[in-house]
Amino acid sequence: MTSELRRTTIEAPGDEREPDSSLPPTSLPEAERERERKWTWPKVLLWTAVALLGGVAWVMIALVRGETVNAIWFVFAAVCSYLIGYRFYSKVIQRYITRPDDRRATPAEVKGDGKDFVPTDRRVLFGHHFAAIAGAGPLVGPVIAAQMGYLPGTIWIIVGVILAGAVQDYLVLFFSMRRGGRTLGQMARDELGKIGGTAAMVAALLIMLIIIAILALVVVNALGESPWGVFSVAMTIPIALFMGVYLRYLRPGKITEVSIIGFVLLLAAIVAGGWVAATPWGAEFFHLDRTTIAWGIIIYGFIAAILPVWLLLAPRDYLSTFMKIGVIVMLAGAIVLVRPEITVPAFSEFAGGELGPVFSGPLFPFLFVTIACGALSGFHALIASGTTPKLIEKERQTRFIGYGGMLMESFVAIMALVAAISLDRGIYFAMNASAAATGGTVEGAVAFVNSLGLAGVNLTRDMLTSTAAAVGEESIISRTGGAPTLALGLAHILQQVFGGAAMAGFWYHFAIMFEALFILTAVDAGTRVARFMLQDSIGNFVPRFKDTAWRPGVWITTAIMVAGWGFILILGVTDPLGGINTFFPLFGIANQLLAVIALAVVLAIVAKRGRSYFRWLWIIALPLGFAAIVTITASMYKIFSPVPQVGYWANHIAFRNALDAGETSLGTAGSVEAMEAVVRNTFVQGTLSIVFVTLSIIVLITSLAATSRALRNGGGENHEDPPVPSRRFAPSGVIATKAERAVEREWAALPAERQPETVRH
Amino acid sequence: MTGSTAGRPARTITVRAGVPAAFGLLKRGCRGIAWYMQDLMGDNSYRNYLEHHRSNHGPEYPPLSERQFWRQRMDDQNRNPGARCC
Repeated sequence: MTSELRRTTIEAPGDEREPDSSLPPTSLPEAERERERKWTWPKVLLWTAVALLGGVAWVMIALVRGETVNAIWFVFAAVCSYLIGYRFYSKVIQRYITRPDDRRATPAEVKGDGKDFVPTDRRVLFGHHFAAIAGAGPLVGPVIAAQMGYLPGTIWIIVGVILAGAVQDYLVLFFSMRRGGRTLGQMARDELGKIGGTAAMVAALLIMLIIIAILALVVVNALGESPWGVFSVAMTIPIALFMGVYLRYLRPGKITEVSIIGFVLLLAAIVAGGWVAATPWGAEFFHLDRTTIAWGIIIYGFIAAILPVWLLLAPRDYLSTFMKIGVIVMLAGAIVLVRPEITVPAFSEFAGGELGPVFSGPLFPFLFVTIACGALSGFHALIASGTTPKLIEKERQTRFIGYGGMLMESFVAIMALVAAISLDRGIYFAMNASAAATGGTVEGAVAFVNSLGLAGVNLTRDMLTSTAAAVGEESIISRTGGAPTLALGLAHILQQVFGGAAMAGFWYHFAIMFEALFILTAVDAGTRVARFMLQDSIGNFVPRFKDTAWRPGVWITTAIMVAGWGFILILGVTDPLGGINTFFPLFGIANQLLAVIALAVVLAIVAKRGRSYFRWLWIIALPLGFAAIVTITASMYKIFSPVPQVGYWANHIAFRNALDAGETSLGTAGSVEAMEAVVRNTFVQGTLSIVFVTLSIIVLITSLAATSRALRNGGGENHEDPPVPSRRFAPSGVIATKAERAVEREWAALPAERQPETVRH
Repeated sequence: MTGSTAGRPARTITVRAGVPAAFGLLKRGCRGIAWYMQDLMGDNSYRNYLEHHRSNHGPEYPPLSERQFWRQRMDDQNRNPGARCC
């Protein structure tokens, strides 16, 4: 039995991959690689300098306790740590876990259908992958987590990405690539069996719904009672429609051109939004309350998901990709140029307790679920298994694209954190405490924030009203959800580089606009993917549903999915306890539980590869164990904590008892209806918590069972596609090494008909 | 979601001194950015498709026109959407 199993492990591949001797090498020869690995003096000096700079930066932000700390140290600490993580840790993973082999053709090369499977230049694919994984998530979580002070969030974002987030993305990408681009759900079924696989699929679908709902909630909170924001974000729809028609009928394929036109129109919409909001009719017409906006997004989400892709989704996706790259370059540039001084303490007054006004619960585990995207995001596993692995040109490039792409997202999270903590703390808490606490009024906010007893904070009415006026908003009180805080922080930084105080309103709404753009694209695409999954599942019972061209099937499944996230969105918007403040932990927990599922699948895969991999399993077990402990502990707090602010069920019972006793108000819920709403919301939240954690524990147990079986048997079944010799070459990192360039030249020297397609100079 | 190395600016460095060299470098940089943006956004997809088509099919199968190609691509995306993360 054992010997039979061993035969199928990866360590004993069936055939030797004979290179085609008439072609130049498809992989860098081992001797060359050995030579490049050697330490030379310039290399030693360079990496010593990187390590020293990073070390100094960490000392500056973590140990030196001055009045202020300069934001540039955050940039240095992050970038130097990423470089070291990328150069050293990801290479350990490459050497001992993934063990890529460039003599093997990737699915893109083998299948090469010119459509889904296309060998893509690594730098371009990096951009695609990054645009697909990064959105509003890394911009929102760190802002909310700033409640605890800057240090816990900074450490988790940087250390977390190196040891957990980037590891997950890289490994899922690599193993999906070795399996012809299979999805996480399919891999779970192959590796963990039917129970684990089904639990993973159901969890992924539910998690998708909760993530869409909470992202939509962020947009609603940013646009509520903001005529300027509503106008300019609403204008993105006609702009996208125009772009869609332009690409379809006027100039097909001119994507960059139409994106630039769209971008200019977008800027015009922001400027026009300022004028419109300043007129009495505009202020009245576009002044919408949050429930109306939520319904608007639900109706929009349904229509957008059944409209053809070319009309709305694709053009907005182009615009969103364009903005993503532009905004990140601009933000990094502005932070380096302005170098704001940070006055927020490393650990705030709330770091030790569990009753902070922005989110409740103790630092461990809640900080680690509040910041999901940017440190460890399970959702990426759905992207890293799916589109990206089908486009990889050479196996070794997965490290740059998977690990590197995630480091980039982490850097975005750090910049968002810096933008948020460059604000005055009084304003930060006035914006992020729920309306239940501040009453939504200037007086209420001033009284509430000053009652928190924060060191160095003395909030005045004037600070709140003048800040709101400077960015063209009626009020900035209780604008929860992270997006407005980040927008204000960005406006604060960017106006110092471009345009001065007069431009603050423009930059604020520019930031709101791109966050809304990212989120609406995610809502639209997420609804489509969720519908697709549902169609597939229902199709197992009613085959007609599998036919994606059958319109009634599309409408029914879309309606079900939109109803799912729309329901949670409406609950969040009408929540008497402050919506985002109670729902956001659920978002983070859901996202991290998906990471637990992804890492559990990867653990089983690597254990099945064979004995020589066992020693290195800790590389996966470390983030898996940490994420499992964090999410399960957080779920247990949410389910069992007796503190009503923390535990969903404790709150549920408190409010139900009060209702039974005939009381008409409790805490911040001032009426029987509000109390009933709390009872209902906490029931939904509590139930979702139980469902998520149960599904993940099932996946975790099936994975541990599969892993221990593999450990006993010295490996397990290998589900990889059979190896096919490669017939092309490309460098693995962002910059080609000298030896790689030499091989590239050899390929370029071949006669045109012998060259692989798309490689010609 | 395609891209390629086709059309990438040549890597040869022309060694010239002074202003022309700086100008050449600038021009190369701009060409590189333009190449990157166009490949990233997907402008080159049709060209890549034609190339793929040429090397895989004989002249008896005429390739799609640019308009047809883009329509088909959008229809494919309709059937099989790609996820976008948070």
